[in-house]
Amino acid sequence: MRLLLGSLFAFFVAAVVGLGATYLALSRGAAFGPLTIGSWTAWPKTGTPDADPYARASIARNGRLPMALGDGVSFTASSDDKGRPLDGRCDVVVGGVTPAARFWTVTLYTRDGELVANSVNRYGFTSQEIVRHADGSFEILVTPRASPGNWLPTGGVERYVLWLRLYDTAVGVSTKAGREVPMPSVAVRSCP
Amino acid sequence: MIRWLLLALGGAFLGGVVHLATVLILPRTATQDAYSRLASIAPVNSVVPLPSPTPEQAPMPFMDPAFASAVCRYDLSQGPMKFTVPVSLAYTSVSFYTRYDVAYYAINDRAAGRRVIELNLMTVEQHNQIPEDEEITAADRLIVESPTLTGLIAIRALAPEPGLMPMAQSAIAAAKCVRADEPR
Repeated sequence: MRLLLGSLFAFFVAAVVGLGATYLALSRGAAFGPLTIGSWTAWPKTGTPDADPYARASIARNGRLPMALGDGVSFTASSDDKGRPLDGRCDVVVGGVTPAARFWTVTLYTRDGELVANSVNRYGFTSQEIVRHADGSFEILVTPRASPGNWLPTGGVERYVLWLRLYDTAVGVSTKAGREVPMPSVAVRSCP
Repeated sequence: MIRWLLLALGGAFLGGVVHLATVLILPRTATQDAYSRLASIAPVNSVVPLPSPTPEQAPMPFMDPAFASAVCRYDLSQGPMKFTVPVSLAYTSVSFYTRYDVAYYAINDRAAGRRVIELNLMTVEQHNQIPEDEEITAADRLIVESPTLTGLIAIRALAPEPGLMPMAQSAIAAAKCVRADEPR
């Protein structure tokens, strides 16, 4: 009886620890070799045959096709530069310049990867349609209310993620965070 | 007391094994991964344009709405495949994925350097079976080796502005993905 109880207890602990760790790792999208610049993170290795088991598992779980490294690199940001999670009810400014790439796009998703409905059917910007300052830098206003300039509507959702995809770029597995890879800043301007 | 502590320790160790095993097995058991999602809408060995993602509906999560895209779900068990796509005005890329959604190769219009991206897709064994002299004549065609018998080719064309989406879609619509021994 003691043996039975004991082994049941051990198996219960094993199940909780094992499945809990798997769930946590996959829901956070953990994988080896992240490239973090400011509030942006990319996993360039996920788009190669060398993708580690964690990357493979999280791809299989959320059902997306990862961006192949020969195509480009995708950076995601779910919090601002101060580490606060991005809130769709706040006014957030994404500004600055991007690393060199032939094209880039910025897209706003819910945490599940869905686009957010809005009155102008705008879900993101491409590098061509964005309005820039004279020095080539840009400013995207991510707010629920219509604004002049590069307005990216949030639809008022509570939490969202921004994806910055660089197409045909030299940024990759061997890239180190530094001056050659300037990423736009993500700053909260005001919050109701 | 020590007995329970030891049991908890043993359980935690076993939990580590469970964790690693589930992470390794998950890709093979997933039913909602990209390949399985597309298997229901994409017949084998043909190019199927994917609808643009909308807030209500998207074939896959985290699709880039600025792109027109199509997929070819291939099966190499009957022989190598031939793939062609004309490049669009802005940016066109072709990415290759294994059955388990691992990207193993990608090429874009600039790397291809022509008006049309042309490739032959085959397994390593099929590549080894090609006679040497034929390989020289085939050298002007790019040969891509697939690590798995089945997989996905994702074709994407950028619409730099929303108004250019039809242009990107028409470039993608002309993509062809057929068995290499079929007549043109």
